[in-house]
Parts: sequence; structure tokens; C-alpha cells
Amino acid sequence: MDFLRPASWEEALAAKAEHPTAVPIAGGTDVMVEINFDHRRPDYLLDLNRIGDLYEWEVGEESVRLGASVPYTRIMENLRAELPGLALASHTVASPQIRNRGGVGGNLGTASPAGDAHPALLAAGAEVEAESVRGTRLIPIDDFYTGVKRNALAPDELIRAVHVRKADGPQQYSKVGTRNAMVIAVCAFGIALHPATRTVRTGIGSAAPTPVRARAAEEFLDAALDEGGFWDNGKIITPSVARQFADLCAASCNPIDDVRGTASYRRHAVGVMARRTLTWTWESYRGTTQQKGSVA
Amino acid sequence: MPTNGAPTKITQGTRAKGGIGESTLRPDGTLKVTGEFAYSSDMWHEDMLWGQILRSTVAHAEIVSIDTSEALAQPGVYAVMTYDDLPTDVKNYGLEIQDTPVLAHGKVRHHGEPVAIVAADHPETARRAAAKIKVEYRELPVITDEASATAPGAVLVHENRDDHHIGHVPHPNIVHRQPIVRGDADEAARRADVIVKGEYYFGMQDQAFLGPESGLAVPEEDGGVHLYIATQWLHSDLRQIAPVLGLPEDKVRMTLAGVGGAFGGREDLSMQIHACLLALRTGKPVKIVYNRFESFFGHVHRHPARLYYEHGATSEGKLTHVRCRIVLDGGAYASASPAVVGNASSLGIGPYVVDDVEIEAIALYTNNPPCGAMRGFGAVQACFAYEAQMDKVAGELGMDPVEFRKLNAMEQGTLMPTGQPVDSPAPVAELLRRVTAMPMPPERQWESSEGADVRQLPGGLSNTTHGEGVVRGVGYAVGIKNVGFSEGFDDYSTARVRLEVAGGEPVAVVHTAMAEVGQGGVTVHAQIARTELGVAQVTIHPANTQVGSAGSTSASRQTYVTGGAVKNSCELVREKVLELGRRRFGTYHPAWATAELLLEGGKVVTDGGEVLADLVDVLGDETVEVEAEWRHRPTVPFDLHTGQGNGHVQYSFAAHRAVVEVDTELGLVKVIELACAQDVGKALNPLSVIGQIQGGTTQGLGVAVMEEIIVDPKTAKVRNPSFTDYLIPTILDTPTIPVDVLELADDHAPYGLRGIGEAPTLSSTPAVLAAIRNATGLELNRTPVRPEHLTGNA
Amino acid sequence: MRVNFTVNGRPQEADDVWEGESLLYVLRERLGLPGSKNACEQGECGSCTVRLDGVPVCSCLVAAGQAEGREVVTVEGLADHARQRDLGTACGTSLDEARRWAAKGQDSRTGEGAELSPVQQAFIDAGAVQCGFCTPGLLVAADEMLEHNPNPTDADIREALSGNLCRCTGYEKIMDAVRLAAARQSEAV
Repeated sequence: MDFLRPASWEEALAAKAEHPTAVPIAGGTDVMVEINFDHRRPDYLLDLNRIGDLYEWEVGEESVRLGASVPYTRIMENLRAELPGLALASHTVASPQIRNRGGVGGNLGTASPAGDAHPALLAAGAEVEAESVRGTRLIPIDDFYTGVKRNALAPDELIRAVHVRKADGPQQYSKVGTRNAMVIAVCAFGIALHPATRTVRTGIGSAAPTPVRARAAEEFLDAALDEGGFWDNGKIITPSVARQFADLCAASCNPIDDVRGTASYRRHAVGVMARRTLTWTWESYRGTTQQKGSVA
Repeated sequence: MPTNGAPTKITQGTRAKGGIGESTLRPDGTLKVTGEFAYSSDMWHEDMLWGQILRSTVAHAEIVSIDTSEALAQPGVYAVMTYDDLPTDVKNYGLEIQDTPVLAHGKVRHHGEPVAIVAADHPETARRAAAKIKVEYRELPVITDEASATAPGAVLVHENRDDHHIGHVPHPNIVHRQPIVRGDADEAARRADVIVKGEYYFGMQDQAFLGPESGLAVPEEDGGVHLYIATQWLHSDLRQIAPVLGLPEDKVRMTLAGVGGAFGGREDLSMQIHACLLALRTGKPVKIVYNRFESFFGHVHRHPARLYYEHGATSEGKLTHVRCRIVLDGGAYASASPAVVGNASSLGIGPYVVDDVEIEAIALYTNNPPCGAMRGFGAVQACFAYEAQMDKVAGELGMDPVEFRKLNAMEQGTLMPTGQPVDSPAPVAELLRRVTAMPMPPERQWESSEGADVRQLPGGLSNTTHGEGVVRGVGYAVGIKNVGFSEGFDDYSTARVRLEVAGGEPVAVVHTAMAEVGQGGVTVHAQIARTELGVAQVTIHPANTQVGSAGSTSASRQTYVTGGAVKNSCELVREKVLELGRRRFGTYHPAWATAELLLEGGKVVTDGGEVLADLVDVLGDETVEVEAEWRHRPTVPFDLHTGQGNGHVQYSFAAHRAVVEVDTELGLVKVIELACAQDVGKALNPLSVIGQIQGGTTQGLGVAVMEEIIVDPKTAKVRNPSFTDYLIPTILDTPTIPVDVLELADDHAPYGLRGIGEAPTLSSTPAVLAAIRNATGLELNRTPVRPEHLTGNA
Repeated sequence: MRVNFTVNGRPQEADDVWEGESLLYVLRERLGLPGSKNACEQGECGSCTVRLDGVPVCSCLVAAGQAEGREVVTVEGLADHARQRDLGTACGTSLDEARRWAAKGQDSRTGEGAELSPVQQAFIDAGAVQCGFCTPGLLVAADEMLEHNPNPTDADIREALSGNLCRCTGYEKIMDAVRLAAARQSEAV
């Protein structure tokens, strides 16, 4: 095994080009577990800790450009206003020690369906900035996850940042685990209201081979909110609409039975989380619109 | 000698008088908070090698061939050993039945069984070499439960059994069977107004001690070996190790290294023999440290159990009879299964008065992971089931479940189903009264001015509810545990106590082989010596095999038995010191001959308080030393047909009240409070007593809502051998645990004390289950309950 | 490979490090600092918690090479770390302090005479130590929390320590210890 220590982003890209099998290691919270337990013996470890750019973020007009290695702790502390869904998701990641090391780049690189950030990124809308010596491209998050622990990165590409759309409305995130802290998701759900476009986006974790959006549920809800004039009148969403949204979210899952939970439970729990988080975000939306006085 | 992490010698400071009954602080506390305390995995030696174990990847198979040549050829590899390399004809070990191969011979019987061992100059070299050992298996059908174990034509897990249980078990795939019959259950059932039947399942729990199995074996010039090891019982290890190595016991020196928790999981051997074999083979010190993955395969677990119960009661709420059948899965090797069967059966109906009883407990041989000792030892599984039954019967009768328990509670003088009278206080009703009387935690503590504090709600930081679906429930349970080794076992401890003058002060040195595993035995030994010898300075000598056996740190027995031995040896030392004083100073004062004399404050005093001499002057430059064995009163085996007999030494009782909040839609549980009342006889160190009760309570909570080793029923392979998927409670899962300590002396025990470590682990689980049933209205016949069990998605 | 970094204020060098080794392994097996514990080696127990450039992390999940050039504080350096924090000095030792250290003996076999940080003392006093295997990681985590949050609520303590498993105590005495350390700290101010 070789340990590559690039001092700059350019050096890292060059190393990855030269050694496409090199495994990038940043927070180490996935890679080191595999090494400690003898599950993986890569020929090269590509250490990204020395590349300062990866630990920075910029808040732009439309989106936040979030460095791949910005630790979850920083996201929780500093980006709660801009990226509320991702900040909530970050708070559910493992333990304080892990949140101090791990970042979104690792979640995306590993592309485990159980990664905590995915549902929040899917719901908010995001693009993954992937780069290689050949150039830079932005991969829409919807196209990023290609299979169980597989993603759209080319072998010579590294994740530099993720561009997450700034929240234009309330966002929520819930995760079910069988412990009250330090637990891998049995399943997870993210939701973001986008009043600017009068749309709702969702993200589901650990309930399908990849993180997925509940598109049918989104379409149903978009239509229902539009039809009822909810975005303008700020009325309480009727229980039947919430229930149907929840059922459609559950139906968009394709889960398995494993040691963490049954497929049946995952479907059920996604439905419950969908209903609850919709209620929380909508209550919040009504609160802000009422404060603005735009609705009666 | 290891140059780093030498065994820890402990001196208690002079801050306090520090005798029994005081909350003196741990003598090893400073070392443990500075990181200097030398645990078994911290051992290091110049030029040492690392040992690695190759384990079976299948549960049940014949070994067709093993090829170690490629592994041996690796640079940095010093030795590779298989069954064929064992030095003597003794190739098996075991606590009671020597059925466990040191290295697999021709066959593997469970997933993760040791097949070969490697020593190399770096752990990675050893791992890579182990991976190059080629083992060809021919798989056999797996035995995984009672049906497959006793089916016609079932494969025998152990062929040609010749142990002392084979004569009375109904099938060779049953390790041991203990029936207990008392009165006439059929007749009594006719008097019952309600009869309640239930079937229960208790999942496989892991001890999950944090310090992994580890140790360092150092070859010695005389051809022997010195093992620095984390264990629960040095001498039991020694008895099993020496014959395999072909060495007399005095050439296998054992020193207790720091132990990172045990809870029963270190009662059996793990890497001890492997490290010694490699050290003797290579002539170099060998260190073995399991990682967490390996640890799940490296020690026995708590027996999973299927329990069938029938309770009858009159409409006035008096129990008429209990029938039960307890099937424990012992896995591939016997370990402590026979004794676990003895406990499960003899304690199988709980702390209640029932005259007509039919009990049967068995342990199976299967291809599941071997199971043996864990805190509570057979009594835990039974308590989960009989307490569920007590709630069900109360429900049928329309009675309050606590009142129903009190109405049937045993007391001093009650006969156990074994016919043994309970001849010390048994305050079962009083413990229930106390736990019920504790103030209830306030409702909806999660509500704050800024909305719901998710940390205090089910789901915690995962943000699953802001109060939706959350229902509170309350449940109660009480249990009975035996203390000490039962059924005629010669359960003794040895203590060597020395009194001498050092630095102008009298100093006592207490030397036992007791395994300090965290429980605080070292604290208590120093307290006993101070109380008995009236000295301030007590040194606790490192535990090793240079002194007689102290028995096991298990069965809640150490304070009772080794504490008793320390007390006894101190008394003998005191007699000798007074004799010395009489010889030296007897002529100066008549009280030397006539009065009752005590040692107090470093002086010889009369019971009237008159000082006769300073200990320093009495001792001069003489050293007074005594090594003596001490036994509790004897027990007898249970009759193999009726289960009758005075098989237990002492009983220990605890009661719990659990308050939970359940997110009934998602099936997530937050335990709000787990109140405990326990009779401890006499609290030698109140701070440690409460620590034991809270710790035991939390292990019971774990197995109520999350802890389970999941074994694939088709392959008998373990599916979750990691802390990612075997979950134990975090600080956010653990509630406040108020403790009400009752001290009713047991006149048979030293200072009236009662063994305390296990009882709180019993009643905690059923109390939490009862509270969840109370919140959800569900029947819940298995533990742990996972979310899918609460939402109907199992 | 060779790795250089600072541990508890002292420069350290480790040679012949295998690339897959963790910072935890290097501390324990190469630098003679076994205080950080190897309980799970998968970031699920917190027993190996150290401060890496001031931040609490699981040292089992830091590749040794990633520690190059960085500052590590382990439980062995916690008392010094706390004292320097009290003195308000980030680094360096005054002559006076150096004399004070020299004058103070410590019994290597019992730890008697060791100077402890407030949180270390509180763990002993409150009975928060049983087997003690989780203790080093808990101390590093608790000390860091009290540095940032001197008056934590119970929920704050539980959240900050939610990455540290303990199997012996049921956490109640650990809560007591952290409350005690916080109270003593605020009295001292």
C-alpha cells in the first residue's frame, strides 16, 4: 500500500489520474473502518487532508459551494440558515467525533444508500462538482447515484465540492435508527419546500439500492398544493393530502430486509416521516407567510 | 518483564479512615484517568510478535485439508500452527466439559471457530499470512434450534460424548437437562380460576465489554511461559492452559493485566492458549489483541432462550401453580451451559410463593455461536418470561400488577421450588413498595419554550418526532438471583495478608488472585483490611497465580467470597499480632491477658478504648503473614429427577420501575427513567454499590430495546459482528436511574453483605418491556423489541 | 513510511509505519502512549478519542499519515493541556513552572502525586470509573465540551458524550462527574 500526500488540489488530480484505483481518504470515517477490519487493501491511499480548499465553503446568490471535506460539525454550526435540511442531516451523523471529521464528499464518494447527507441533498437540489485532469463537470444530484455504493464519478475524478441550492423555504430531515444517537439509518427522509418555484422535493435514504426521490409523491403534492391554492392561502394541508403524499413516498421505496430492519418497516417508517416532516415544514411555511402578512 | 505496562500495584492513600461502609475511592482511579493503567491490550515487550487467529468462515463443516505452506513462506512470519502442531494429547479445553478444541480438528462446529494461528512481526503481516492459509471445507447441515437438534437422524454436534451429563439427557444434542418438580401442578391447576399460557423468546446478548480479548505471553528461561492476561479467574485459566502446553502449572505463570470489563465473557478462555503456544514455539513474546469484529467470535454470549410458561391463579390473586419449560441454546460448545440450566430451572418461577411447580430447563448443542456466562446467568432469561406472565395474570384477574406480585411475594422462610428454604431476608414486597413509592418523572420533559428538544424524545437526535405519536408507559418487575457458585461446587477463595512496618507506619499488604474487572474488589479489599487491622495504609498486591485461587469474578460472589477470605486472613493476622504483643508487652499491662483486644488507628486497644501499644512497636521488624482459604457454607447438587436440594448459597433481589415514552407510529422507544430498589445486605462501599446497580440496570435496558446478536437460521452465521450493528445503549439512550438501597443483613455472610452485581440486570429488562406494553397495548413476547415489532412490520 | 507530528506538546517521529496504520496504532504501539483505547476500531465507541489540532476525533479512523505535521493531545497530556488552558498559554513553559514539575515526584506504580485536570479528578471523585476502558476517551470529550460550554445542561452533556460508549456505569456517575467538574470550574473562576 502506498500513501499519497498531495499538497494541492492539482497534485491530487494528477495522482488520481496516474493511479485511478487510488482510494481518496479525507475524514477516514468510511475508509479506515474498511482497512481496520481487513475489508479493503487498496494499492494507494490518496490523502486529501492537506488540501485546504476542500474545507471551505462559499455562500453565493443561488447556492452554497460546499467543499467536499467541510466537516458536518461546521455545516451544523454555520450553514443552518442556508442549508437547513443538510444541517439537520449533519446533526444525525454518527457521533460528535465523526461529525468533526466526516464531510459530504465522503458520503457522496461512498454512495452508500445509508449515507445521511443524501436525502437532504436530493431534497434541496444539488450538483456535484467533479474534477479530473481532463476538466471539471457538474453532475446533477439526481444523476449521481448509479447503484449500490456506485456513483457517476469516472475513475480519475475527485469530488471537489457540492453546490447546494440555498433554501427558499422550510426544510426538514428525519432518520430512523434503533438507538437515540450514533446509529446508521434504518431509513431516512428529507423534504424541502421551494415556494419560489412552488414545488416540493424529497429524498429517501436506506430504502432502495440508491438514495432516491419520491417523484410521484412530489408531483402529487405539487398538483394538490397548486389546485387548492395552498401556497397563497397558507391553509393547513388536509389530512387526506398528507396521507396520500406519505403513501406515495412509501410506495417509491424499494427496500430490503437486513439486520437493521425489515423492508416492510422501512416502507412504513418512510411514510410516517414523510407525513410528519411535511407537516413541520408546512407549519413553518404558514408561520413565515403569516408573519409577512401575505395570507389571512 | 514487559517494559511497558507492568502490572499495576495499588496503594490506598491515607486521606480517610476508609473502612467498610464508606465510599472510599478506587485505588486504581488515578491510573485509569491518566491513561497509565496497564490493560491487557497495552502490554508491550521488546522484540515481541503479533499473533493472529484464522477462523472458520462456515458454521458446520468437515475440514478436508489445511495448507499453511504459503503463509509460512511470508517474510516476517515466525510460526503457523494448526491442530497437528499441538504439543500434547490434551487438545481440548472447557470450564466443565472439555469439549472445545484449541484448534479445530477435522471439523468446525460454529462460525468463527479457530482453525490456525500465526505469529509475525507486525499485525498486518500476520493478517496477510493468515489469509494465505488454504482451508478446504465440506459443509454439513446446520443444527440451529431444538427442532433441528432433536429431529430423527439429526447430525450430532459432538459425536462420542462421554461427559457426566450424557447419561441423563434425552438426546446427545442436549448438553444438560434439569427438571424440578414440587407438589402436584395438575391438582393445583384444578383450583385455578385463571390459567395463562405464554411463549417467549430472549435474543442472544453480547457482554460487549469494551476492552477486547488480549494478552501477552512471554517465554521464560526455564521453558515455562508468563502470561499477562485479562480474565475473570486466573486459576481456572491455568488449569485449562497448562495441560495443553504440556507444562506443570508452576511453569505457567499468570499475572492479571488490566481488564476492560468482563460481565461473564472472560470466564472461558479466548486467546490464552494460542498466545502461549506461539510464544513457546517461536521463543519470543507474543501479543494477541482481538479487534471488535473478532471479539464477537472470541467469547461466549448470553444463551438465547425459548420459554414456555403456564401460570394459574385463584380469583383472589393467589398463584396456584407454575409450569414452565426453558430451552437454552448453548451453541457449539458446552461452556457454562450446565450451570446456566441449573439457574434457569431453580430460579425459573421468580421470587414468588408457589407450592406446585413443574419446571424443565435444557441447553442444546447447536451450530450457533457458543453461549455461556453473562451477568445474570440463566436467571435473566427466566425473569423476562415470568414477569411478563405475572403482568398477564394480573391483567386476567383485573388486579394491579404490583399488588398481585406483593400478594405472592416470597419472604424469609419461603421454600424455593427446589425445597430449599430462603433463610435470610427476602424483602420482595418491600422492594416493590419502595420502587413504587419513588416520585414519578415529570411528563413531557421534552417540551421547552423553543419547541421540542428532540434529544429528550424517542429517536433523539434523529429528529423523528416533535411529540407526535408519543405515549408514556410504566412497568414493574422484580427478580431473584443466586449468589456464588451453586450445586455443590467447592467455591472458595484464598487471601494472603501481610502486616509489617514500612516507613515507620504499619502497612497491610493484601494479595489475592481476584480478577479486578472494574467492579471495585480492590477498593473493598483495602477497606476490609483497614477495618480488620486498624491500619491506614493498605497495598493491594497485583493479582497473579503466586497465591491460591480466588475463584471467579462472577456470580456476584467476589465481595462475599474473596472479601470473606480477606476478612478471614486479616482476622488470623490480627490474632498473630496480638499474640506477638502479648509475648512482647503482656507483662506490662493485665489487659493483654484479660480484655478483648482490637486493632484501631494503628494501635492495640482494649474494647474499652484503652491503648495498650502502637502496632509499630508490636511488630518491630517482624512481618506477620497469613495465607488462608475461606469457604461459604456448602451446597448440594440438585436431584437429577426432582430438582430438590439446597443448591444455592444466597439469594439477591432487585425491583425496577421503568417509565418509557414510545413513538407508537415509528416504534421508537425512549426510556425516561429506570428506578431500582435493591437489598444489598450491607453496602461495603455505597458509591460502588450504586455504580453496580446502575450499570447492571443499563445492560438490562440494552437487551430490552436494542441488543441482539443476529444469527442466520439457514447458515448459523453471525450477521452483525460489529458495534455498527450490535448496538449497546449510549448516554442518550440511558435514563436517570434513581436507586433505593435497602440493607437487611444476611447473618450467614461476611458483614451481612449480599452479592449485588447481577440482580439489577434481571428485573430491568422485563420492567422496560412491561412499560412498552403499557404504552402500546401490544403483547410483545420477545426481547429485544425492535421498531418493527411495535409497528406490526416484523 | 515516516510520520512526524506533535503529541502532548512534544515532537514525535515514527518510522517504518505501514500505510494502513491508524493514528491510534502509532500512539499505542510506536510512541508508548497506550492511554487512548482500542475498543472498536470503527468509530463507534469513542474510546480512542484524541484532540487533533484541537478537535476531538476518533484516532482509530485517522490514517497515521494524515497526522503528519499536526498536533495531537491524548489523555496522557490532558492534565498539562488543562493547566496551560488555565494559564492562558498556548505553549511554552515558564522557568518557574519547570521547577515546579521537577520538584514534584510521582509514584509510577500507583499514580499517587499525579496532577490531574478538573475533569479527571471529578471522574475519580464521582465514581465514574469502573473498568476504566472508556474513561480516556470520555475525559478528552468531556474536557473539550467544558472548554466550549462551561455550564452545560444535562441534555448538552448527553449530546456531547453520545459518541462515547461505556458498558460498566450506566452513565449516571459520568453525568455526575461532568456536572461536578463544571461546578468546580465555575467556582474556581
